[in-house]
Amino acid sequence: MWEVFVRAKRGVSHVHTGTVHAPDAELALQHARDLFTRRSEGVSVWVVRSTDITASNPDDRESLFDPALDKTFRHPTDFELPDEVANM
Amino acid sequence: MGDPDRAQERFDTLIDADARIEPSDWMPDDYRQTLIRQIAQHAHSEIIGMQPEGAWLTRAPSLRRKAILTAKVQDEAGHGMYLYGAAETLGVDRGELLDRLHTGRQKYSSIFNYPTPTWADVGAIGWLVDGAAIMNQVPLCRCSYGPYARAMVRICKEESFHQRQGFQIMLTLANGTPAQREMAQGALDRWWWPALMMFGPPDAESVHGGQSMRWGIKRFGNDELRQKFVDATVPQAELLGLTVPDPDLRYDAGTGHWVSGPIDWDEFWRVVKGDGPCNAERIATRTTAHADGEWVRAAATAYAAKRLGDEQSDTARHDPFGDAA
Amino acid sequence: MELSRLLRHGDRALILAQRLLEQITHAPEIEEDMALANLALDLLGQARVLYTLAGEVEGGGHDEDHFAYWRDAAEFTNPVLVEQPNTDFAHVIVRQYLHDEFALAFWQAAGWDVAAKAVKETTYHRRHSRAWLVRLGDGTPESHRRAQAALDTLWPYVDELFAGADQLRPAWDVAVAATLAEATLAVPQMLPAEPIHEHLESILAELQVTARAHPGATW
Repeated sequence: MWEVFVRAKRGVSHVHTGTVHAPDAELALQHARDLFTRRSEGVSVWVVRSTDITASNPDDRESLFDPALDKTFRHPTDFELPDEVANM
Repeated sequence: MGDPDRAQERFDTLIDADARIEPSDWMPDDYRQTLIRQIAQHAHSEIIGMQPEGAWLTRAPSLRRKAILTAKVQDEAGHGMYLYGAAETLGVDRGELLDRLHTGRQKYSSIFNYPTPTWADVGAIGWLVDGAAIMNQVPLCRCSYGPYARAMVRICKEESFHQRQGFQIMLTLANGTPAQREMAQGALDRWWWPALMMFGPPDAESVHGGQSMRWGIKRFGNDELRQKFVDATVPQAELLGLTVPDPDLRYDAGTGHWVSGPIDWDEFWRVVKGDGPCNAERIATRTTAHADGEWVRAAATAYAAKRLGDEQSDTARHDPFGDAA
Repeated sequence: MELSRLLRHGDRALILAQRLLEQITHAPEIEEDMALANLALDLLGQARVLYTLAGEVEGGGHDEDHFAYWRDAAEFTNPVLVEQPNTDFAHVIVRQYLHDEFALAFWQAAGWDVAAKAVKETTYHRRHSRAWLVRLGDGTPESHRRAQAALDTLWPYVDELFAGADQLRPAWDVAVAATLAEATLAVPQMLPAEPIHEHLESILAELQVTARAHPGATW
């Protein structure tokens, strides 16, 4: 099984769109193109064997992602500035 | 794995908040099995559904209709594939699901067990069957299980063209020659009641309804959707100048609804249990195609294995890290 | 744009599309039902464009449906290769590949406005049929046997494919030989067959049946 990523148009990233079944990469690419781009929804298709995807473990969700929550200084909205430079 | 009570609590919180359950989340086994069954049967319906209309691809009466019908049948294959993909995220293999279909352990929508004797039946299927399917499907775009909801969003976007093309066929026929008008009326006569039965048995008799509602898999009751369909479709039949084959059909000004006559549930159960006009034929076409295709699939697998073997022996020879030295 | 050429290629596209449509719901995998439908849809599109142009060139007020539904078998001039039956998937793929190599060269040389789109479509068609031919030829002993048998059966219809387009043949031979080598298949030594339209009547009987049952009707 293969995971399919499609770039809808220039300037945007590839987005995970679904899966296809195929015995090899060439057929996977063709099937992905047939299945996901019939309505001109793509300029570029990637196929990756599902077994080659490394996913974060759902049990590690808290340790991987929660610590970002208290580092709000990473977000521009966390800073109050004088009106004169409000566009910064 | 975390504490099972905590996992159940987390699941319930997500359901109550109308949030999406994703493949990596813990879920009750019942929820998983219900989804597998429902998504698989939906996928099987799309694949089997290619047959009644597919029969008319070679005989479509104009090149434009021929092309449109080909695109529709192609979409149905695609919908089947999106849905099998969604089911597979729940830990089951497509081959297994097809096996259950081929051996009758999983079902598909009985609507596809009816024959398509005329070109007008192609129009009636698009208008009525896809119309009913859309009513069932739109609420599923907000179903609790993420991959299923996402597949449904894709499907719904593609589905509205299906109903329109069916209605357009009926409109052209209804405004055509006397023979064409008769063909259209005949198709409506054949498909009206089966379309109403697509919404399933009355809520009071529906086995899985309650739990599915609680889990956010099913959003509306069968009777409610059926009524919605009748209310939307009767005026469309009037626009076509065709007669709905229900002598008891009447408009209730008090409620603003069209009230249908009694549905023959005996026929429904007969067809669901496998005794419909085309049940055997639909499955036989599938199983024959699958069996006939065995050597082709074997060839593709063998070719891929040979190429992988080549890659591996190439890598062994290259020794990029000088480990062999 | 010459009328007879427009019709020959319109007929080629239509009859091949019809053979592919016969296969829908019978393909070895759902993905192939979709791929064959894609091929058929593109070919139908090409037929419609060519027939519409033919109608304009002819100047007799005939539209695309006239040429598809209201001519008899004797008036069709498609290459007989495209009529050959869907005996098995190997036949479907071999017929398609031999056709696609020709069609791509034809469209690239055609110099018609409509050719640009057809070149893109046919490039993809050839990619698909070539990939499958290689997998069948170099797959299992059974698939190899079936692919070779299909090649031997269809080869006699190749010469006629090039009628009126002989200049495309040498490059086609080179491309096909390379593909067959990769597929571990032998280039057949079969002699050309008489180009008889033995399947056309039954193909058209089905294609035209609904339209002809209602003369003058709109659809």
